[in-house]
Amino acid sequence: MTREDIFSKIQEVLVDALGVDDEDVTPEARLTADLEAESIDFLDISFKLEQAFNFKIPQGELFPDGAAQDPEFVQDGKVTPRGLEEMKKKLPHFDFSSFEQDPCLSQIGNIFTVNSLVEYVERKLAAGAPA
Amino acid sequence: MWIDRFLELVPGERAVAVKNVSLAEDVLHHHFPSDSATGQGALPIFPACFVVEGMAQTAGILVGHARRFQEKVILAKVNRLELEYDATPGTTLRYTATISRMDDSGAATKGIVELIQHTTEGESTPVTVIGHIDMMFSHIDNNRSGLEFPEHNFVFSDAFRLLLESSGFDVDFVDSAASNRHAPNSTS
Repeated sequence: MTREDIFSKIQEVLVDALGVDDEDVTPEARLTADLEAESIDFLDISFKLEQAFNFKIPQGELFPDGAAQDPEFVQDGKVTPRGLEEMKKKLPHFDFSSFEQDPCLSQIGNIFTVNSLVEYVERKLAAGAPA
Repeated sequence: MWIDRFLELVPGERAVAVKNVSLAEDVLHHHFPSDSATGQGALPIFPACFVVEGMAQTAGILVGHARRFQEKVILAKVNRLELEYDATPGTTLRYTATISRMDDSGAATKGIVELIQHTTEGESTPVTVIGHIDMMFSHIDNNRSGLEFPEHNFVFSDAFRLLLESSGFDVDFVDSAASNRHAPNSTS
């Protein structure tokens, strides 16, 4: 499956889950800031991606899971270096470079771009994801 | 409760419930009343919002039951809502909810709404699919977020327990999940 095919399927998923138009779903579009996704939408997107690409997405593999609750990873609303290290390891499809400059947890939504979803699916398919 | 009886409950998979639409319900006296100014007669139509609520209760109880009511289940999203026909007094609504995907965070359900129009003996009863309602539920664990949830937010009240029991389904595990919300009854 080419990157264009993957993008196209993800675009369909996001149009369906978020009620946005095709043209709103650009590679750089951020799920929360630009496409107005809310927390339940992340679960919906995850479920729909599973159906679209015929693989299972374990909790915490696509989006950060429960990091906010762990004091080792988040202190005073900022992600600790240890927390950043952990996130980069678990979530290699996100680009943390700008987030690292000022790792306010409340701003983490800015890294959830459409491109990062494409990246995730590409990696998973390349790894021969079991259905 | 906006459902009257469960017909089917396959744990973790599917639930079917019915709601009889009755002229005795107050909501039908107001939706819509007669209008003397225009000479328009009363037009009792079961409001669509309660059809959505009926499906939410059917699907929500299915999702809660799937995990033995250990977690609060909250309706979080209506993904699809299509209703093509009104339900009127004397008809029965039948809700069929299935779980399409569930994990620790929540569940996605698909729902079909049918209308049963009762007929006299000897005639076949028309059953028409009148809509589709797909929803998403969130599993809310008190401890995870560190928040306390007030009692009235708890979807699974005694009314639902009575409903499941009177429909002939197992509710033995409900007591342990209730976390001593109610004073224990003296047992023999």
